[in-house]
Amino acid sequence: MGGYVFQFGVVFDAWRELLRGAALTVQLSAAAIVLGLLVAMLGAWVKTAQGGRWLRPVVDGYIEMIRNTPFLLQLFFFFFGLPALGVRLSPNQAALLTMVVNLGAYATEILRAGIEAIPRGQIEAALSLGLRPAQVFRLIVLMPALKIVYPPLAAQFTMAMLGSSVVSAISADELTSVANLLQSVTFRAFEIYAVVTLMYLAIAFAFRGLLTGIYHVVFGRAAAAGAR
Amino acid sequence: MIRDINTNDFLFILAALRWTVLLSVLACLFGVPLGLVVAVGRLSGHFALRWATAGYIQFLQGTPLLMQLFLVFFGANLMGWRIDPWPAAIVAFTLYTGAFLGDIWRGCIEAIPHGQWEAARSLALPWAVTLYRVILPQAARIATPPTVGFLVQVIKGTSLTAIIGLTELVRAGQMINNATFQPLAVYGAVAGLYFAVCWPLSRYSQRLERRLGRGFQGSALL
Repeated sequence: MGGYVFQFGVVFDAWRELLRGAALTVQLSAAAIVLGLLVAMLGAWVKTAQGGRWLRPVVDGYIEMIRNTPFLLQLFFFFFGLPALGVRLSPNQAALLTMVVNLGAYATEILRAGIEAIPRGQIEAALSLGLRPAQVFRLIVLMPALKIVYPPLAAQFTMAMLGSSVVSAISADELTSVANLLQSVTFRAFEIYAVVTLMYLAIAFAFRGLLTGIYHVVFGRAAAAGAR
Repeated sequence: MIRDINTNDFLFILAALRWTVLLSVLACLFGVPLGLVVAVGRLSGHFALRWATAGYIQFLQGTPLLMQLFLVFFGANLMGWRIDPWPAAIVAFTLYTGAFLGDIWRGCIEAIPHGQWEAARSLALPWAVTLYRVILPQAARIATPPTVGFLVQVIKGTSLTAIIGLTELVRAGQMINNATFQPLAVYGAVAGLYFAVCWPLSRYSQRLERRLGRGFQGSALL
């Protein structure tokens, strides 16, 4: 070990900065999840509804482009490339935009699978009962589909949170960026990253718990009503 | 000094593709056996082994890949090794690949009906032979699509090594962009190369999955 002495003191002295970074990681992830889910609903609607057929190649292209290129590259593209087109984004804005665009593509595919699992007969039954198309989409298609694909969707959300660590590459000021900054001041790289890794682990567990809780709140009652 | 972008710049980026591919291949070469050990460990009757592999998967799946890379990179430095991104990247990606493949394959092995185990046992086949001769060949069939899909994740993931200074595809793009300041052209070209490698694999994985779904329809398996 070359006589290396671990010093975690410098890490714990910076607990305020680290907590602030963790808070931004959580905020960034939460915003990306909400907006990404909206993108996914739009995308999944285009991919499954009759009305959206002409937009389908656009959505297909979007999904394939995002899913087959690295997140880091998408981040560089938005942060360094958009200014060349006259759109200047702050690191945090570019980070959020990339996370939404990235998560939106993955979540669209997941949600589409859920919607395709809804039997057509249910939609026809709802229409014949006089529900408006918007009501049918919300009550008969979207909510049951979300319930079916909730586990993979929640896993994707947690992965998006962990992936947000990459936005430190453009110095958005979330947890990893804070760690990078501390590291460059104290040179205690290993100690800092070890502590920050454990912080991510804690956030990931908290996310999973929270997402499970949301499932029971949103779908728990509906499931009970359906069983009756 | 900002200069114009030329053909040599694109050739430089194209040449960097080999390092992305090499790292991905090495990650799989070492990650596949590790993944097998982890999958079997998760299913073993041995409490400590099951617990250790479960913890390993939880840790690797619950922390960012970038942090894993940093920990290995700076950890190796503490052990007195020379600062070199290559060994760190290979070790980190092997651990990452092993954990995810281990979890994917555990799921595939568990999807094989338990009656197969019982039938093999009643024929007096030992546990290891049952696994190797009866269970794994069947599990391999359903494991192929998600494994190929995960390979795409690995290839894209290797881009993070640019952050510790390994000159793969993204790092090469950064270097050219710093000299020419043509981010749209440079990162567009890099994205095109990733797409050219990943898209066929993604399509292949989807096709395998569809074919598998057809083959298993109405059968006892799945």
